[in-house]
Amino acid sequence: MPLLDHLWIILAVPLAGAAINGLLGKNWPKSAVNSIAIGSVSLAFLAVVETVREFLQLPASQVPWVKSYFPWISAGAFKVNFSLQVDQLTIVMLLTVSFVGMLIHIYSTGYMAHEGGYYRFFSYLNLFMFFMLTLVLAANIVVMFVGWEGVGLCSYLLIGFWFLKQSAANAGKKAFIVTRIGDFGFTVGILLLFWTFHSVDFGTIFAQAAGMPSDTMAQAGVLTTICLLLFTGAIGKSAQLPLYVWLPDAMEGPTPVSALIHAATMVTAGVYMVARMHPLFSRAPVAMFAVAIVGALTAFYSATIGLVQTDIKKVLAYSTVSQLGYMFLACGVGAYAAGIFHLMTHAFFKGLLFLCAGSAIHAMGGEQDMRKMGGLRKAIPVTFWTMFIATFAISGVPGFAGFFSKDEILEAAQSGPHANLPLWLLGLVAAGLTSFYMFRLIFLTFFGTQRFDEHKVHVHESPRNMTIPLIILAFLSIFGGWLAAPKLVGGTDYFAAFLGPVFADVPESPAFAAFLQNLKEAGIDATVNSPVVRVIDPQDKPTATENAAMKLVHAVTGPPVIVGLIGILIAWWFYIRRPELPEKLARSMHGLYTLLLNKYYVDEIYAAAIVRPLLWVSTNVLWHTVDEGLIDGTVNGSARLAREAGGKLRELQSGNARSYASWVVVGAVGVTALLLGIWMKVR
Amino acid sequence: MSVVPISYYLVLSAVLFGLGVVAFVFKRNIITIFMSIELMLNAVNLAFVAFARAHNQLDGLVFVFFVIVVAAAEAAVGLAIVITIAQNRRSLNVEKVDLLKF
Repeated sequence: MPLLDHLWIILAVPLAGAAINGLLGKNWPKSAVNSIAIGSVSLAFLAVVETVREFLQLPASQVPWVKSYFPWISAGAFKVNFSLQVDQLTIVMLLTVSFVGMLIHIYSTGYMAHEGGYYRFFSYLNLFMFFMLTLVLAANIVVMFVGWEGVGLCSYLLIGFWFLKQSAANAGKKAFIVTRIGDFGFTVGILLLFWTFHSVDFGTIFAQAAGMPSDTMAQAGVLTTICLLLFTGAIGKSAQLPLYVWLPDAMEGPTPVSALIHAATMVTAGVYMVARMHPLFSRAPVAMFAVAIVGALTAFYSATIGLVQTDIKKVLAYSTVSQLGYMFLACGVGAYAAGIFHLMTHAFFKGLLFLCAGSAIHAMGGEQDMRKMGGLRKAIPVTFWTMFIATFAISGVPGFAGFFSKDEILEAAQSGPHANLPLWLLGLVAAGLTSFYMFRLIFLTFFGTQRFDEHKVHVHESPRNMTIPLIILAFLSIFGGWLAAPKLVGGTDYFAAFLGPVFADVPESPAFAAFLQNLKEAGIDATVNSPVVRVIDPQDKPTATENAAMKLVHAVTGPPVIVGLIGILIAWWFYIRRPELPEKLARSMHGLYTLLLNKYYVDEIYAAAIVRPLLWVSTNVLWHTVDEGLIDGTVNGSARLAREAGGKLRELQSGNARSYASWVVVGAVGVTALLLGIWMKVR
Repeated sequence: MSVVPISYYLVLSAVLFGLGVVAFVFKRNIITIFMSIELMLNAVNLAFVAFARAHNQLDGLVFVFFVIVVAAAEAAVGLAIVITIAQNRRSLNVEKVDLLKF
């Protein structure tokens, strides 16, 4: 097992790429920078593929495969090894991250071709891959935290890539500071985790947690506290209510960055973390409920904002926030596999949407306002068709990737072990809103009349290194969800089955218990750790053929699909059939429209409630009073005291011999008086 | 035969020393200042001699000889300085000799 023993290679390759490009690439030609950057991610991807191959041959008893490389921190009882692990969840994340990452690297060579700081861009991008893979491969929460903070750093660097633009620099800072608020909770959570379990290794923690009594709704203990703190970190990183505000601003960064970091990978780290920590979460129902509520509310809330945005990237940004809400909803109702499934399909279709938007922006010469686009369908056909496919996927049209994953989430919210109907309804309405705003985007951008000056804007299809990644991702946006397809006809959801062993220890999952029972009746004695991936639920076999057609019809006509289609129809009605309607509606519902257009004034509220008071206190108290008054005052004051005392004292040296003599007399009298005093006392 | 008590000598010595100090501080003429130094030295000498006599010990007397010798040497050096100052400044006013300062 050569590569499983050397998992660090997966990390070392992109790190080396980042170092080489960052340190030496400044004066290199673009082709050299390209080959280093793309070469390193491609190598990392190949290493991942080989790792997967080797992993699939491992006996189930060796999963999760943990490899410890060196002791990293050793301070008293606090010991941390640099250790990496591979299990089914890691595999899914590794493949998604490295493959989508590789495609976006290739795309970037086209998109960034005319930009300055080319080597810098690719160095950051490779560094991001390194940290993201570290996050995913980590076998303890401290190493995970390194990746967690590292991707945050790269996000900051890349959002502010055009740092000469004030808004970009500000957006980078905003992203960093807002996620920092969440990370504070995350850090405290890690401390509490160590304090409770005396270890930071996932394996040790989960083994101990398995022996602990679950917290209940009524009695929330340390597990709930830990989970809520960790979830705070996820809220920041994955842009959930109320810390989502940085993600729309992050669109200031180059579009490939938005696709890679702010859609496909980094922002999903929170979902991954919650899924990774599921043995704790599933023992903390209050925390689970919080995750579900935050997820559902975010999904609905940001979808409503997406309805009226006019910047093509902003629509996609709010859409990302909304889709991340779905993933948390899934985790919150205990359907971790569905959440991870949506994470993967979302990486495909949302990455694709961003890349297509980038391609359209590229074609329009930098224009991002959809009101100034229109009718691009003929001019940039590849971008149009791939984006059309991605839009179908995100809208949950049957057969496309998003359909399977979103359907699973809503199904779990409706009828899973932690079903919650209000949250399901929120998710359902959000699904309708999603398909509406996505088709609004498509119709505004690619259909209708051209609302720009054709003589000024030379619309052109993007070069091949940009369109090929689009086509590959479009392919995945269709077929990426088909792993779950057999479920529609009553068969096995291969994706969920593959992840089964990871999430098998969810204690109160009746579905899984029933599944194991079925296996036992069929003569297969499986434990929770068996590689369910190679086992097909035997109960399904006899009934599968009978009900297949029924089940298929039922699945593709479920509420999510209906709601999605209604959204599409309304979008079509508003933007193709009666293009004057939206404006009328905006006028008649002016209050609501303004509220949505201004994103519920959340940025303004935060500015008034937090930023401005903080600035005021910082300026007036911390700066002018404490720093200038107290600290500078002390330092300058003591200097002034010395100087003024010296100034006075030196006047004693007047050069006048008689004044010296006077002082001698004064001194002599003083000394005499002193001696006399002592003498009197002694006597 | 009545013996003059030691306190008389000491009071005289103190008065002379005080006069010397006052003259040193308030007089402007360098020669006068010089003379006031001599006055102080001799006031001290008087105290030494009085103590030596009162305690019947020779130490005080020996010290007086030293003081006289030092005073002589000081007079030699001091007068030389006074003459130099007088030549350079065309004045014996001590207030004009104030270059040695901050």
